[in-house]
Amino acid sequence: MTRENILNLVLALALLAVPFIAQAAGQPFTITLATRIAILALAATGLNIALGLGGLVSFGHAAFFGVGGYVAGILSSHAFSGDPMLFGLSGSKQMLVVWLVAMMTAGVLGLAIGAISLRTSGVYFIMITLAFAQMVYYFAISWPAYGGEDGLSIVVRNQFPGVNTMRPMNFFLICYGVLLVGILLSALIRSSRFGAALQAVRQNDVRVASIGISPMPIRLTAFVLSAMLTAVAGALYADLNRFVSPSMLSWHMSGELIVLIILGGTGRLMGPVAGAALYVIFEYLLGGLTERWQFFLGLILLATVLFARGGLIGLVAGKVRHG
Amino acid sequence: MADPVLSIQNLHKSFGALKATDGVSIDLHPGEIHALIGPNGAGKSTLIHQICGTVKPDSGTITLAGREIGRLPVAERARLGLGRTFQISSLAGEFSALRNVMLAVQAGQGSSFAFFKPVMRDRSLTDVAMDRLQRVGLAARAHVPASELSHGEKRQLEIAIALALDVKAFLLDEPMAGMGPEGSKVLTGFLDSLRQEAPIMLVEHDMDAVFALADRISVLVYGRVIATGTVNEIRNDPAVRQAYLGDHA
Repeated sequence: MTRENILNLVLALALLAVPFIAQAAGQPFTITLATRIAILALAATGLNIALGLGGLVSFGHAAFFGVGGYVAGILSSHAFSGDPMLFGLSGSKQMLVVWLVAMMTAGVLGLAIGAISLRTSGVYFIMITLAFAQMVYYFAISWPAYGGEDGLSIVVRNQFPGVNTMRPMNFFLICYGVLLVGILLSALIRSSRFGAALQAVRQNDVRVASIGISPMPIRLTAFVLSAMLTAVAGALYADLNRFVSPSMLSWHMSGELIVLIILGGTGRLMGPVAGAALYVIFEYLLGGLTERWQFFLGLILLATVLFARGGLIGLVAGKVRHG
Repeated sequence: MADPVLSIQNLHKSFGALKATDGVSIDLHPGEIHALIGPNGAGKSTLIHQICGTVKPDSGTITLAGREIGRLPVAERARLGLGRTFQISSLAGEFSALRNVMLAVQAGQGSSFAFFKPVMRDRSLTDVAMDRLQRVGLAARAHVPASELSHGEKRQLEIAIALALDVKAFLLDEPMAGMGPEGSKVLTGFLDSLRQEAPIMLVEHDMDAVFALADRISVLVYGRVIATGTVNEIRNDPAVRQAYLGDHA
């Protein structure tokens, strides 16, 4: 077992253990923190497919995160009121349905945004993805049907077959399970033929084209998959807070996801988990001490970029080795 | 003579007033090594870019195995069998030598849209890739990241990647560049045997290698082919001697 695998296992088990310890110690709020970590880690795992494996620095993933959230909010509000939605479809309180719709919606949106954005690269790609996400953000603000600027409440958390989702522990376990599935999928993708082509496109797209693999379809597929996974996280996040607002779509959110990945280790399988854990813990501990906790987070980010380019995972496990 | 595998007819490309390619016609026949030589700035690189698709010609045709490829994207030309190596080694640096070749094997097999099967356990990739590394004498370094290979080893890896594709014509851009005398000798011997597999268009500055390998040579000066012929014809052509070879011949 490599050092990275041991670290990955430790991280996964620690995240699972924390809520149980918290429950035994009578600290239910800590369960919510762990749930937040799992959801943010899932969102960043999605982004990591595009950013880490494909080198596509999307500064617009909040669009997919927020769309996932809005799908959860809109479906549940219609299910609650009984009003039909667009095309006479009815809402749903079922998480499984919500996730599926969230993935499909984000997939279509990702296809459209990706097809245009991926014609550019570098700084232009960063800016154009940001621009698209801001378009979605302002659309949500100016759309009064679903709360506009005020956002949309989810009265009762969506349901999962056979589980009382209102209990924090149950909801944590759902999020944790989805996170594991997301990580497993991204591990499979990474070691597959598609993953090989994607990682090669990041390193040298001219070479990849010259052996007969067109880079564009590879990048676009990665972007869409990445958007879909991030959207599921968005749906869970809305269910966690039982509230969705345009702030989930704002560029702060996109930046936060990138920060998580950098803190944990870009392109590393469990980088998003490590990053999300660090981020939420900083936010909680430093946030308890000072309102200006983000200043200190900035210092930590600076130190990471200067002295530990591989993030936490890179610091412990060293550089990535490819067979 | 059999039909040419790669045929360039009356190719033109201008950058403003500069005629980088000025009515170039070159044929590459089965089993031959056709060397392309010329002084710096003669338009060799521009010509290569047009053949492999990174620069679009203004007019003229490029045909590979009877099919016009002059307007196709880079990847499509590669899929049709144009195997290219780069003047400056261009590899996926983080990947091991083996994985660089495996990617080419995968490209040759047709699909990169498989999401679940791990490549390292796919014998149809690893075995073929290992075989190609063996052929260029790089098997011992299979698991070293490409960026950590020596200059000569990178050149060998370039060739191994081209070998992994189902190539109809090789386009080798200065394969000898930066190789020591010993390495050049080994590579010359290797390219000599490679022509059986597919004909080679060889752009090279190393005249010893060119004279040892080429069946025919075309001399490019100011975007025009001023002479095409066998090694002896070219050596004795007064225009070529004046324009390029000087004392070397």
